[in-house]
Amino acid sequence: MNAAVDTLDPALRRLVDQIRSASASQTALDIRGGGSKAFYGGPPRGEGLDMRQLAGISSHEPTELVVTARAGTPLAELEAALGEHGQCLAFEPPRFGGGGADHPGTVGGMVAAGLAGPARASAGAVRDHVLGATVLNGRGELLTFGGQVMKNVAGYDVSRLMAGSMGVLGVLCEVSLKVLPRAVAQTTIEFETDEVQALAWLGARRAQPLPVTASSWHQGRLRVRLAGARAAVHSAAQELGGHAIDANTAAAWWRAVRDQTEPFFVLDAAALTRGECLWRLSLPPAAPALDLPGAQFIEWGGAQRWLRTAAAADAVRAAAAGAGGHATLFRAADKSAGVFAPLAPPLLRIHRNLKAAFDPAGVFNPGRLVADL
Amino acid sequence: MALPELAAADAAAGTADAATRRRDVVAALSRVLPAHCILHRGEDTTPYECDGLTAYRARPLVVVLPETEAQVAAVLKTCHVLGVPVVARGAGTGLSGGALPHTLGVTLSLAKFNRIVRVDPVACTATVQSGVRNLAISEAAAPLGLYYAPDPSSQIACTIGGNVAENSGGVHCLKYGLTLHNVLQVRGYTVEGEAVTFGSEALDCGGLDLMAVLVGSEGMLAVATEVTIRLIPKPQLARCIMASFGDIESAGNAVAAVIAAGIIPAGLELMDKRMTAAVEDYVHAGYDLDAAAILLCESDGTPAEVEEEIGRMSEVLRASGATRITVSRDEAQRLKFWSGRKNAFPASGRISPDYMCMDSTIPRKRLADVLRAIEAMEEKYALRCVNVFHAGDGNLHPLILFDANDPDQLHRCELFGADILETSVRLGGTVTGEHGVGVEKLNSMCVQFSAAELEQMSAVKRAFDPQELLNPGKVIPSLQRCAEYGKLTVLRGLLPFPELPRF
Repeated sequence: MNAAVDTLDPALRRLVDQIRSASASQTALDIRGGGSKAFYGGPPRGEGLDMRQLAGISSHEPTELVVTARAGTPLAELEAALGEHGQCLAFEPPRFGGGGADHPGTVGGMVAAGLAGPARASAGAVRDHVLGATVLNGRGELLTFGGQVMKNVAGYDVSRLMAGSMGVLGVLCEVSLKVLPRAVAQTTIEFETDEVQALAWLGARRAQPLPVTASSWHQGRLRVRLAGARAAVHSAAQELGGHAIDANTAAAWWRAVRDQTEPFFVLDAAALTRGECLWRLSLPPAAPALDLPGAQFIEWGGAQRWLRTAAAADAVRAAAAGAGGHATLFRAADKSAGVFAPLAPPLLRIHRNLKAAFDPAGVFNPGRLVADL
Repeated sequence: MALPELAAADAAAGTADAATRRRDVVAALSRVLPAHCILHRGEDTTPYECDGLTAYRARPLVVVLPETEAQVAAVLKTCHVLGVPVVARGAGTGLSGGALPHTLGVTLSLAKFNRIVRVDPVACTATVQSGVRNLAISEAAAPLGLYYAPDPSSQIACTIGGNVAENSGGVHCLKYGLTLHNVLQVRGYTVEGEAVTFGSEALDCGGLDLMAVLVGSEGMLAVATEVTIRLIPKPQLARCIMASFGDIESAGNAVAAVIAAGIIPAGLELMDKRMTAAVEDYVHAGYDLDAAAILLCESDGTPAEVEEEIGRMSEVLRASGATRITVSRDEAQRLKFWSGRKNAFPASGRISPDYMCMDSTIPRKRLADVLRAIEAMEEKYALRCVNVFHAGDGNLHPLILFDANDPDQLHRCELFGADILETSVRLGGTVTGEHGVGVEKLNSMCVQFSAAELEQMSAVKRAFDPQELLNPGKVIPSLQRCAEYGKLTVLRGLLPFPELPRF
């Protein structure tokens, strides 16, 4: 028996007990943080496992560029603490449903969902910033992988496997994340252009050493955020032209894109009744404009394309696969067509084996990542 | 060399059983490979008996050098049916014995997979076969103004497949990431010989992020034949500051101060006095021989950006007590500054018959502590140690100097190395930052991980390779081995909350 579990933390003790009894009785567990991403992935089911009881920043070493926090720590609290030292989570995690200080999202949910915001293409994914994780597996064993250092190749990198796993392998209890200093300077420029021209513009600049940290195209407007050293931002803005957007407007824009409060992303009752869905297409950035019915919103230099459409799931998936990527049914009233792209046979086999290796009784978040896992 | 888990195989290798097994395996492989792709005579397989960690040697039963993906698949299928272990091998430059052959297994060399398939100037990616050398990728991308960022010091020889297996780093990791952060897609084969693709040319893929465990898995989960990596624009300019410090503590503090100032240098490296003396004698770069420690601190970007950053860095270094600061005037001088650091290993080879390079990572703030501890160990084990350090990301490379012809020195060197690794774990670090576990650090894994954690890793291995045929015996020590080593880790919980009242 793990001494740490016994003596240190009653909240952890309760989680272990609940997991063990659920595994014994093969009862599904719905691992819950703030619930801000309950809409994402397969529908949650099972007995709630409330992670908010395990909260708090365990350590933040600004000069080590590392923060360690328990899974139930509010994301807003973590980012505020980093902000006090001029640091941030560089991948700009979304705060769905509104980004204020009262946002309910948690650190564990952020890592488990593995979703990154506008800075993804330049800063990397959530997984790229995970340095270590302490997890409970289906046997209720408390396991730590990775650590609190930048470079670590001791054993398989199980902590990073947790990012984007939708909680199907284990319960994240604590994570260590790489943090970075906030950019000294930032500016956003805008161009009026159609989709094809916008993709061409982004493509032509991908190979140039420019401090582009975000891009968006929607309804004939390409917006590009430049951030970094003052000199670099200034000279890039001059070189690129376009027209500069007022700093407050720009900040509000990137927040609205990140948190999907921008009207494009909001499916109201009427839209849902019409059968409209929000798809996330992840494509090679240089993929050409896709001819699909509906409206598109492009991010990540062309690598992430949001599609708002009532088109059939098969058509959307086929178009994404044809372009070398995959499509996720992000928001929809009816997810019977499946949320994530189907896996190739050898990958599906490995998924099943991994699930059995971590969660033999199959209790964690069943169906949230793969339909019957 | 005592390798408990391979001992049984070693014993069997010399027996008639082994000869029969070799004959059967060669016969089976001959049905799927041309004769010139199979090596099985002692004089042909001996060159494969070790990798960059020469202290550990084992002759493989058979070596195969397939030329096509179909042949790789056929070798894997054949070995899978026969239950024969397969050890994939790139250039054999690894420093932890990750490619050490299995005496009853097949070494699968990917040396002939040396073709650059495609360099895409618009997507900024390169697709290369897994036997392509790391540096060859940057050379192919150079005309487009692009390069591949991870630059392990063996980059002239090491292959991208080996980099994927080891999650290799280099001197620019802090700013540009490790191999994992720069690989988009890996195509290859499962242990059963079934084609599989991990990742994609998009920025993510559906399902679990298997790339996260594949990269750094030391060839134990799948065999890679083709890798697509991200290329990045070559910075217009790079300049390097060489700063001297009168004591190692102020150098360590200077590193923290640079980071605290919100600067992420392109490279941040530290050498101690003895290392500096050894490399100066070798490359004549004009290093300050009076300094207790030398920091190399690099900035890259546009000329304006570099000027701004060099100014800020110099200010911080001076405030941290640098006794001398030189900024590279031009590219030739910058390369000169780096030449010593990049030649730290061969320079050590000139001052000692043999050296063993350790690779632990510690939180940067413990640098002075670990260096003091190493000093004490020099006395304890009566061996000298010189130190280079990827200071930016806390990755230590102490080089223990010894003479392998003296068995007692080799033994003391191993104890010295294990002591450094255990000290690093105690200080909150890890036993390997970038060289991998291989066979070298199996015992140290017992110190870093609990029995349940090691068992979970074994279960991950079996999820990919149920019969444990791919590179068996590496990375994860058996619990029996840990018991024999006598050091199982103390179970860890969550980090304490010093600021909160106890429940």
